[in-house]
Amino acid sequence: MTVLDARVPEGPIETKWDDHRFAMKLVSPANKRKFSVIVVGTGLAGASAAATMGELGYNVKAFTFHDSARRAHSIAAQGGINAAKNYHGDGDSVHRLFHDTVKGGDFRSREANVHRLAEVSNNIIDQCVAQGVPFAREYGGLLDNRSFGGAQVSRTFYARGQTGQQLLLGAYQSLSAQVKAKTVELFNNTEMLDIVVVDGRAVGIVTRHLHTGEITSHAADAVVLATGGYSNVYYLSTNAMACNTSAIWRAHRKGAMFANPSFTQIHPTALPNSDELQSKLTLMSESLRNDGRIWVPKDLDEKRGPADIPDEDRDYFLERRYPAFGNLAPRDIASRAAKERVDAGYGVGPLKNGVYLDFSEATERLGRDVIEEKYGNLFEMYERITGENPYEVPMRIYPAPHYTMGGLWVDYELQTTIPGLFAIGEANFSDHGANRLGASALMQGLSDGYFVLPATIGNYLAPMLGKPKVDTSAPEFAEAERAVHEQNERFLSTNGTRTVDHYHRELGRIVWDYCGMERSREGLEKALSEIPALRTEFEANVRVLGSADTLNSSLEKAGRVADFFELAELMCRDALAREESCGGHFRVEYQTEDGEALRNDDEFAHVTAWEWSGDPSNPIEHREELRYESVQLATRSYK
Amino acid sequence: MNLTLRVWRQAGPTAPGRFETYEAKGVSEDSSFLEMLDTVNEGLIGAGHEPIEFMHDCREGICGTCALMINGQAHGPAERTTTCQLHMRTFSDGDEIIVEPWRAAGFPIVKDLVVDRSAFDRIIESGGYVSVATGSAQDANLIPIAKDSADIAMDAAACIGCGACVAACPNGAGQLFTAAKLMHLNSLPQGQPERYERTVAMVEVMEEHFGSCTNYGECEAACPKGISVDFIAAMNRDYRKALSRNRRSA
Repeated sequence: MTVLDARVPEGPIETKWDDHRFAMKLVSPANKRKFSVIVVGTGLAGASAAATMGELGYNVKAFTFHDSARRAHSIAAQGGINAAKNYHGDGDSVHRLFHDTVKGGDFRSREANVHRLAEVSNNIIDQCVAQGVPFAREYGGLLDNRSFGGAQVSRTFYARGQTGQQLLLGAYQSLSAQVKAKTVELFNNTEMLDIVVVDGRAVGIVTRHLHTGEITSHAADAVVLATGGYSNVYYLSTNAMACNTSAIWRAHRKGAMFANPSFTQIHPTALPNSDELQSKLTLMSESLRNDGRIWVPKDLDEKRGPADIPDEDRDYFLERRYPAFGNLAPRDIASRAAKERVDAGYGVGPLKNGVYLDFSEATERLGRDVIEEKYGNLFEMYERITGENPYEVPMRIYPAPHYTMGGLWVDYELQTTIPGLFAIGEANFSDHGANRLGASALMQGLSDGYFVLPATIGNYLAPMLGKPKVDTSAPEFAEAERAVHEQNERFLSTNGTRTVDHYHRELGRIVWDYCGMERSREGLEKALSEIPALRTEFEANVRVLGSADTLNSSLEKAGRVADFFELAELMCRDALAREESCGGHFRVEYQTEDGEALRNDDEFAHVTAWEWSGDPSNPIEHREELRYESVQLATRSYK
Repeated sequence: MNLTLRVWRQAGPTAPGRFETYEAKGVSEDSSFLEMLDTVNEGLIGAGHEPIEFMHDCREGICGTCALMINGQAHGPAERTTTCQLHMRTFSDGDEIIVEPWRAAGFPIVKDLVVDRSAFDRIIESGGYVSVATGSAQDANLIPIAKDSADIAMDAAACIGCGACVAACPNGAGQLFTAAKLMHLNSLPQGQPERYERTVAMVEVMEEHFGSCTNYGECEAACPKGISVDFIAAMNRDYRKALSRNRRSA
């Protein structure tokens, strides 16, 4: 085991980023065009990074497996984006956003990165407004804000319930401007299938065109992965169907360390599962918790409809357990509290697998018009899916996998352990610790993409000026292409009896049961014997029809599920190694008397970063020690 | 419920296509249309047949990927609903359902129910943005915007770029998409400096790829986000103004 150095700059936390920006080497405007950068993924992080590096003058090649760069899953974020503007004078500041984020992450994030995130949060809002992002406004024409979980100030900017869509369209439009300016070459329908490393540096990628099946090599001076998170390892999650771990997992297999893989976020307000064939879980924005009250009946055998149950027979369990934050307790805490009630038999709905989210009190207080203005599109979506009208019947919600705090380990400059390979947005691990606060994912994606990476990548590229470049004739590219062809041929010739989706569903069930909202040594050990057995069966018995030289979505999925199998094992190993509870990682062995997470700062105030050893069952553990100099380590309390 | 599907199958862009008939049995009314197709595909793979390729991703009505003509209607019979949010309770036991890809010359077929909508990206690249380099923006609250202007911009910006407007239009016209993208930016102060150049550029690229608008209004009826045809009128006004400005400056 080695101790990783994140290369965090010296000096007071307030000036680290400024000082470092001055200390980093620059690439002059005339020399930027001599460098090429590959960006994989065009969500908020990828599109903003590609656009900004294009503006700066780099030659950017951007890749998306979607049919358009505008379709990345960032688009589905509903609630909003945080910033420390303090436009409402309610006591917000860069320091408070920093502090809330470190505390919300249960003291498992890197202080210096979080402070930088809070610093640039305000620039993001400025940039987005200038692009024409139609944020909500007050009647005086100024920007409106709302509150989100884990905060006692209003610092969340929003565009109805479609904030992610509007921010992504802003980034996509900026990217489109650079495509027109020919600084960015955009490859649609193109999936990255391997990363190419020559002499220890990332020098390119191998891709497959999803329509023609063509395998192609692309070389560049640096590679940036902005490929999102891996919640779909659970099969059922709020992620889009195509979200996967393959880009970061294949980078991991080439030497990039994977940090805190077991830190996953289970979002409290998704729709409960309805039946076996369900393909995904739909999220209802956390913003609903601003006005909705969460409750279950007090009586185990409650037979009345929700409207007929008087207040004294309702258990508003978040308000009861966490009076200071109430329904706006952070996500991990709210999710676990709902699970506790449902497990105890108090669940509502035909399968007794949900809790109520009730707007009747807010509707009475504010009027239906106000509720409609704030949440109308979410209410419509709910009704479309469930056939129930939430203005009349309380919504039924239950936690669902939503976001992954873990990801590729990166240093302060967002560089992975492979020189020249950078990871940004949800694909890296750095800013959210063991639990991400609401409205912080959009902030981090855009912080990395617009402001951090375009500055730090120059520090890597500057010393390479004038040095010989690697092109796609290097044997490592041919080798990577061969491996991709071979894997496709293997899937197509297995000709077993079960579909890819079957194995994905089975894998998801294991991971959800044993590495979901609660983990235990016993359960994790069980998962670690079941996952490799199922993987062996998948390899021998999967059925993928058709060919590799045409659009073949089963073949695409087979490769992604193969990577999920290996990742799932690493997640369980990581969860087993972390003998404490923190944020979204709740080990039943480590809890306080009243069921709260029991952290162990003496032994676990570190990031666990795993190195690929060639055998998925024997990863090598490394650590980065976390030091808290500006925020005092404390037990989180939202009571 | 049990349903009979007649699905358009086409092996590639230039291959001849045909309708194939499939039985969907024991469909739950709580499942979505795409979950019903998932189940049909599992059955096809089990029987040794290649599954139906169709476009989908977020399955919550926002990414704009899914796109099916269902019984001749873009996104099917439910109003203001994307294909992925269409649930089977809309149909009845015994129904025959015809499933086709978007039908429009501007969206060539890739395979089965998958089409190529890259013409939309070409329209945006021609001018659908505000030119503002990262880091050059002033404080966000220095640009006050009346709430009703912001709301109009948001109404236009809600477009998900699915292409139902084009698919529903007898002319295969791209006016509603283009107008929504244009009027999002043209109704905001940030969009003013490039307003007229943007309008001309986007309209011209639109006309290269799509048919002409003759005011059928099918686009608004098919739009899952309820984008209003009023934006087309506004786009036409801006386009005429832009042309007269060009004449004046010539």
